[in-house]
Amino acid sequence: MIRFEPREPSSLPRLILIPVAAAIVALALAAIPMLFAGLSVFNAYGLMLTGAFGSVFAFTEMLTRAAPLILTGLAAALAFRAKLWNIGAEGQLYAGALAAVAIGSGMIDAPSIVLIPLVVFCGALAGGVMMLGPTLLKTRLGVDEVVTTLLLNFIILLFVQMMLEGPMKDPMGMGWPQSEPMLDEAMLPKLMARMRIHGGLIIAFIAAIGIHILLKRTVWGFEIRAVGENANAARHAGIPVTATFIRVGLFSGALAGLAGVGEVAGLKGYLTADLSPGFGYSGIVVAMLAGLSPLGVVIAALFIASIFVGADSMSRATGVSNYLADLIVSMALICVLISGLFLRFKVRFVGAKSTEGVSK
Amino acid sequence: MSDILEILLNANFWAAALRIATPLIFGVIGALVCERAGVLNLGIEGIFTAGAMAGWMAVWLGTGLWGGVLVAALAGGFFGLIHAILTVPLGLSQHVSGIGVTLFATSLSYFIYRTALPDVSSPPRIEAFKPLDIPGLSDLPFIGPALFQQTPLTFLALAIVAVTAFVLYRTPLGLAIRAVGDNPSAVESQGLSVYALRMGTVIAGSALMALGGAFLTMSAFDAFFFGMVNGRGWICIALTVFASWRPGKALIGALLFGAFDAFQVRLQTEVGSFIPGQVFLMMPYILSIAALILVARKADYPRALLVPYFRGQR
Repeated sequence: MIRFEPREPSSLPRLILIPVAAAIVALALAAIPMLFAGLSVFNAYGLMLTGAFGSVFAFTEMLTRAAPLILTGLAAALAFRAKLWNIGAEGQLYAGALAAVAIGSGMIDAPSIVLIPLVVFCGALAGGVMMLGPTLLKTRLGVDEVVTTLLLNFIILLFVQMMLEGPMKDPMGMGWPQSEPMLDEAMLPKLMARMRIHGGLIIAFIAAIGIHILLKRTVWGFEIRAVGENANAARHAGIPVTATFIRVGLFSGALAGLAGVGEVAGLKGYLTADLSPGFGYSGIVVAMLAGLSPLGVVIAALFIASIFVGADSMSRATGVSNYLADLIVSMALICVLISGLFLRFKVRFVGAKSTEGVSK
Repeated sequence: MSDILEILLNANFWAAALRIATPLIFGVIGALVCERAGVLNLGIEGIFTAGAMAGWMAVWLGTGLWGGVLVAALAGGFFGLIHAILTVPLGLSQHVSGIGVTLFATSLSYFIYRTALPDVSSPPRIEAFKPLDIPGLSDLPFIGPALFQQTPLTFLALAIVAVTAFVLYRTPLGLAIRAVGDNPSAVESQGLSVYALRMGTVIAGSALMALGGAFLTMSAFDAFFFGMVNGRGWICIALTVFASWRPGKALIGALLFGAFDAFQVRLQTEVGSFIPGQVFLMMPYILSIAALILVARKADYPRALLVPYFRGQR
């Protein structure tokens, strides 16, 4: 018989140790599908490690992959702090990317110093606006935001496809459904010569620090945490709950929108409907691994990015499906959920006899 | 106008509506029983995928069609068990756990499919369920082709609606399931186990969801494609609210939805040259949100939905 006893607020070492343990368990569990696919397990782990950290190129690729994951991770972490279940980061990412391309591919001709901030702002705004509907439906009518944000993902992606096959299609794109390329002046600067790593990573770091300060040091941050702890108590205490939800929704959507800006204006240079391999959903895993802490999100995103980049490289070398990466990431989420119990409770294994008095 | 009438008076249209509704019927009933027991199951999208993949692969490996249905249900039950453990005795967030189950079930299904069939360019096909020929009924004019030329899984879905309604409202078990979603401590005080009731219901509901997925690969199509579930699970979650957690209304909701979808596909051939195809593809998702808004004010959620229950603790 297992018994849970509530525990006092956890110490910092425990807060760090437990998600790390969950990540290690998830990586270890990956040995099962590796064996199933007929891989030599140590060889496969070795390939993954060198694939993510083995060279300067590998390392910069990992960082490039981490940039959108930090932003979608922050989007989920901030929203979940207020118990606003925004599962729509994938769609908000595409909304941000679409806005970035619309502004940055020739609509406005301006020097970088004007154009880049404009593209970044419009991308964030587009992502944020996508959360306005679900948040208002939640606060006004009590419609569950999980379902509306999930359904919006499909609607926004179809809208992007519509634009890419219609008004925003690149006439020089050989018939492919892709947007016109971004102007050079609208592209985020590269961080290293001959590598793909770009300014989106800087945006992600700034955002992480910004959200950390917002939550820890501002009145809005206090209100967000209070609403997340207990919305009814917060309302009685005079905290503007509706306004807080709307703010959180706007910020959360904007963060996901920034991830789309980075992918388009930092990496690809144009928009296609397969821009994101599920960054929005992986962001949820990142946020949970981070224990919803904005600075933890950076570390968790680096971990998830190294799994994706490492598994991609291992997949190319061995021919094993790179769905392995998604599998490891999903197992990491389940592991960290379970390990969260060890934060909130002391788990005691007790003999059957001694439970009689407790459970009845 | 006469075009619209022509669509509605065509038996094929009603047959298509029922066909489109079938996976949703399985899904809504599955989601409904879970929520009636107090557990939101957002694993549904992944469980659909797992049921579609597992059922198809079992048939492809030679279990026969009904063997495949059984394998799909078992796969659904397995992921239901994971969700049940995470949310019932462990009391974790039902939202996050459900998303976790969806990610896990989807990636595991894709990984197994890709690993078993590493380099096929076109997905291998199976001999799928054929429409039943019911003597007498299938030959009726209009009604026959509209309602009675469906595959066995459609009739199974209709039967499951009736069985679920009977169990929920006419048996002690159903009373206990409904009570455990409204007032779990009252159930505990009757000497019944809240954990066993909730976990059992989530597992059974998940098995039903997986049958919805199996319908896609074994009846609607004859192969497995990546991304084929395409949000159907989330649509079922919306329809559950629309149906105010009642099996009969769930059936009506799914049929209405199927009719709308069949209608817009046919309308597309009439006006498709003026309106981009994506607008029509968006309709199911927009309809689902509209359905949620429509019932929002009077939605009567099971009172203990999303609330974990811990023994000996109020």
